Order: sequence, then C-alpha cells, then structure tokens
Amino acid sequence: MSARDEVLARVRRAKGPDQPPPVPRDYRAAGTREVDLALFAERLRDYRARVRVVPADRVAETVAEALRERGARTVVAAPGTPPEWAPAAIRTPVGVADLERADAVVTGCRVAIAETGTIVLDHDAPDQGPRALTLVPDYHLVVVREEQVVAGVPDAVARLAGVRTQTWVSGPSATSDIELERVEGVHGPRTLEVVIASHMMGGTDRNDDSR
Amino acid sequence: MTFLGMPAGRGNLTGAPFPEAARTALKDAQLRRNLAKATTTIRAKRAGVVAELPDWAELRAAGAAIKDQVLADLDEHLVRFEEALTARGTTVHWARDADEANRVVTDLVLATGTEEVIKVKSMATAEIGLNEALAAVGVHAVETDLAELIVQLGNDRSSHILVPAIHRGRAEIREIFRRHMPGVDPDLTADPRALAEAARKHLRHKFLTVDVAVSGANFGIADTGSLVVVESEGNGRMCLTLPRTLISVVGIEKLLPSWRDLEVFLQLLPRSSTGERMNPYTSVWTGPTEGQTSHVVLVDNGRTATLADPDGRAALRCIRCSACLNSCPVYERTGGHAYGSTYPGPIGAVLSPQLTGVVENPTLPFASSLCGVCYDVCPVAIDIPSMLVHLRGRVTEAKRTTPESTAMRALAWVMSDARRWRRFTRLGKFGRTASRHVPLPGWSVARDVPRPPEETFRDWWEAR
Ligand code: SF4
Repeated sequence: MSARDEVLARVRRAKGPDQPPPVPRDYRAAGTREVDLALFAERLRDYRARVRVVPADRVAETVAEALRERGARTVVAAPGTPPEWAPAAIRTPVGVADLERADAVVTGCRVAIAETGTIVLDHDAPDQGPRALTLVPDYHLVVVREEQVVAGVPDAVARLAGVRTQTWVSGPSATSDIELERVEGVHGPRTLEVVIASHMMGGTDRNDDSR
Repeated sequence: MTFLGMPAGRGNLTGAPFPEAARTALKDAQLRRNLAKATTTIRAKRAGVVAELPDWAELRAAGAAIKDQVLADLDEHLVRFEEALTARGTTVHWARDADEANRVVTDLVLATGTEEVIKVKSMATAEIGLNEALAAVGVHAVETDLAELIVQLGNDRSSHILVPAIHRGRAEIREIFRRHMPGVDPDLTADPRALAEAARKHLRHKFLTVDVAVSGANFGIADTGSLVVVESEGNGRMCLTLPRTLISVVGIEKLLPSWRDLEVFLQLLPRSSTGERMNPYTSVWTGPTEGQTSHVVLVDNGRTATLADPDGRAALRCIRCSACLNSCPVYERTGGHAYGSTYPGPIGAVLSPQLTGVVENPTLPFASSLCGVCYDVCPVAIDIPSMLVHLRGRVTEAKRTTPESTAMRALAWVMSDARRWRRFTRLGKFGRTASRHVPLPGWSVARDVPRPPEETFRDWWEAR
C-alpha cells in the first residue's frame, strides 16, 4: 500500500463514529464593529512603527517628506503604486541584488486591522509587488487608505478570501530570543513607516509623527 | 482496550525518564532563574492581551470545536487539502513515520544538488530529526530562527516550543557565537542588540544564496490549499520567498477546514503564544508562487495512534502556542530538557507518550501536579489534567505484567484522582517521607517518585 493510502486508512480506522457538535461562532464576527482609525494608529505605534495620519490629498507630499527624513536616495516602489506617491522611484521589476542596495521601498496594502495594528499585503496586486520587495530593503513605507482599515481579524479574513499570496505585517521585524529582551530588526525591514490617508480629516493638518 | 493497533511515532520524542532528568535540572539554579523570569514575563503579557478581547471565551470554544471537526473527518479534509494543493501545482507526499518523512525530504533535497538548505523554525522537522537525517547524506541544514540558531551552533537541544534557547543567558550566547559562528567579530558584546545583529549578518548571505528551504506550517487550509506560517523575525519570510525550492513538512493534524477558520486561530495563537496582539509576520501562500517549486510532506508519525484514543485525541488540537509551558509550575522548575522530547511541558507530557505509545514514555504522564492551569490557559481548551490521569491509567495497564505493576497501580490510584492526589500531597513532610516507603519497589529506587512539594502549587495558588 502506498504511504498515502495507508495513512488515510489509519485515519479512517482511528477516527470516532460520532460527529462533534457544530462550531459555535458567537465570537465577534466580521461586520459587527465600527472601525476606529485612532486605535489603528495607536496599535501601530505600540509596535514602534512610525505613523503619519494625513488627509488623502496630502499623501504625496507626506511620502516625500518621510523619504527625505529617512535620507533615502534609491527608492523602489511597487509597479502599480500611483506615480505621484514617489515620482522618482524605480517601478520596473528589480532583482534581489538591487533590492539589497535600495534605501527604501514604497507600497500600498490590501487591508489593515485596527484592533491588532496589522497591515496585509496582497502580493498578487500590482501596488504591493512580489514578496521580496517589502522584505529585503531595510525600510518599508506603506500607504494605507482609510477605507482599507477594518475593525478586527474576522473583517480582514472576510475581505481576503480568494487572495492567494499574502504577508500580514504587524510592526517591524523583532525577536525576543535572548533573555526575552525585544530587539527590532533581525531579518526583515527594521523600520516600518505607515502613512494613513484619511478622508474624515477635512482640511485639518494633523501630521501625526511619532517617535 | 489499550492496544489500539496503530503504529507508533519515532524520532526525537523520548529521552531519559523524567524524574531523573528533572533531578539534574533542579540542581541548576541559573536555569531556574532564567526560566522563572521568562515564564513570569510571558504569562503577564499573555494575560494582558487576552483580557483585551471581550469574546476570548467564545473564540476559545470555537477554536476547540473547529479542531474537533477537523479530527472527526480528518481523512476527508486531507484529501481536499491534497486536491487543492495539487490543483495549484504543489507536489504532495505522504509519510507514515519519521523515517519515511526524512527519506522523502532528503531525496527531494538531493535531487536539487544542493549541499545546504535553510530552515524556518518547525516543530515537525525537529520531531522527526530532519537535520540529522540531512547531515547523514551530506546536506547541512541551517536554522535561521535566532533561538534555533543559538541551539544549533551550541550543539544543544531546544528547551521551549516558542523560545528554544530560553535556558541560555546572553553571556553564554556570546560565547557560542564567538566560538561557532564563522567570521564573527571577536569583540562581539553580550548586548542582545549586538548578538541579533551578528546573526543578521551571518544569515544574510545564506538567505541570498541558498536555493532550497524547508519549513513547517502553522496551519494548512483544506478548502484553499493555503499554507500559513506565523513568525516574528522575518527569517521565515526570507526562507519562504527567496529560494527556488520550498519543502514544507506538515503534521496531518495541522489542517483547518476552511479559510474562514483563520479568523479564530489568528486571534488565539499570537495572544496565547508571545502575548502580542499579532505576531510581526504571517505568510500565506497557495501553491508555488513567483516561480518556485513547492512540495508538501504530510506526516503521520503516531498521530493516527493518538487519534485512535477517544480520551487522548484532543491533544491533536494543539496549535503549539506554548502557553501551557509558561504557566506550568513543573516546567518552570525543570525546564524543557527534562521532558526528553521535542514537545516539553504539559502538552509534551500528554502528546509525546501518545505519539510514541505509553510504553516508550512511561514517566511523562506523571510529570505534573495536576494543578490545572495548563487547561485554563490553553486556547483550544485541551483538558491536559484529565488526559494525564487517563494516560497514567494506560501506563499502569501496560505495566500490569511487570514486577512494578503493584507499585504503579498504587501510584496511579493516588495520582489518577485530583482530590486524592491533593490529599496525598497535603500530607506534606509526612507525605514526602511516606512516598519513599510506600510499596514502590524498583520504581522509587531506580527512578525516584515525583516528590510531593512542601506546599502544593494549589495551596500556594489558593493562599495568594
Ligand atoms: S496544549 Fe494548548 S496551551 Fe499548550 S501549546 Fe498546545 S495549544 Fe498551546
């Protein structure tokens, strides 16, 4: 008998005759809660991400400002990002060696979760790029549009059904393996910068830079 | 009953009898200090983020029920998972036990012609002893998780599911790096930041040049064929993204029926595990992506034997969060090595003997005070204390024909009932003396009876 058939036969012999009760799903399901944008920003900062909340029409200048502060010279952006976000960025597909030399990478995202401060990248989407893009450079700037922010994990899972390749990012790379002391930036990007494009802010200029 | 007829698992699941190994560990004051600090810290963080969710109890009930659904129809879920993976272009392999799984992986690796693979931290590959199997055919497996790297360079064993090098202090880690990390700066300090930076430099080249990666998976989604890996450092993303060939070793119990079920487990796992609202990185992929070749090896290795026992199968719900380790008063004093298995702590005490068969691991079901905190913190509500009691009974039965049988039965009688055990341990000093004189020939002389503590954990807990 092949290993496959044998393992399946063993499973059939081993499993009980009874059907367990149905799954109780009385936890907070998708669509049951309001999105709290301030909470999202706070949770991101908790992970030591840099966060700027700006009106949607000020995204371009905010990105430029962030890149200037970072001192980024070689900037790579996911091919499908709007040209105005980073006009001088390289948008053609680049190899890993080029990414190693890049100072910064700019992308959009698919969905973001307020309660956990998580940003989900959909690598099949042109404004988020292949996985290596947001992995190899040391600095990742991501633009989150307000309508992409959902309340909790179930809301995100519902929006993501069907998305094939994803990375969920919650703050920069971190380890606690040495005496449980948190150190940021082991292998992934050491700095995560988030620009949140808000519609609700009207004309108020709330350039909310932390740390 | 007892003989359930299903072949047992092999690999790194057995060690010295627990009481013996624990005795050595108890003499190590440094180890106990490290462990106490670590477990206290993680416990507090976990409690904080769990309390933030008003629906934790509901999520936990759903998590347990989803896993029970998976186990009730595991054959169907496995077949669906295989179909979904194959449809996307992943090659699916099956393995009856550790040896077969190792053979499948080593053959796949050898076929690529590489002499080195990079690895994402994975309990399944530790369980089957994959690194040793690869070494035997001349392939070096590089662990890329910082803690696993420390363990590997130090020629040591992991002692915790989540933080495998928790038994090491920063000065020891610095020494390990200075001695065994090629090209390391000799002036390296013991600052965790500097040590992490050294590991980053050391591994960067490997990530960019090694072309074959081996991973496990935290979850496999039966209806979409998605694989999910949860991590912190980014080493997982590196391994999953850059090499051209990806081989994932997955225990057959790791499945979730549908994509939607992730909404439960991505809340339960990070909060129970590191005490974070979410871990820094979660990778999800469905079949080979971005030009990769992908293989999945589905491993039994004693899981069907575990499934065959109605009173023990819930151990297969485990999502390896390690919350039970961090809460366990026995683990906190002995550390992970005392359990002799890849799976330490309370879950190890019930999972290892089931995977190997209780005859191979007769002391582990006794490595507990049955205080019950492991059950309270378990995000999938595994009733570890009841399972321990059940397994103690199976150990006794298995030993019925040996000269130890009477003694084991007496011990099991006391230990198989939480109240009886409590009364026994509350005998205090008398109990400790008595435990040396109750009729436990052979057993107590050669192996030492677990000593009832001066004050039981429960007394202490209740008196707080
Ligand atoms: S038994 Fe429960 S608490 Fe322990 S590691 Fe498994 S899931 Fe976590």
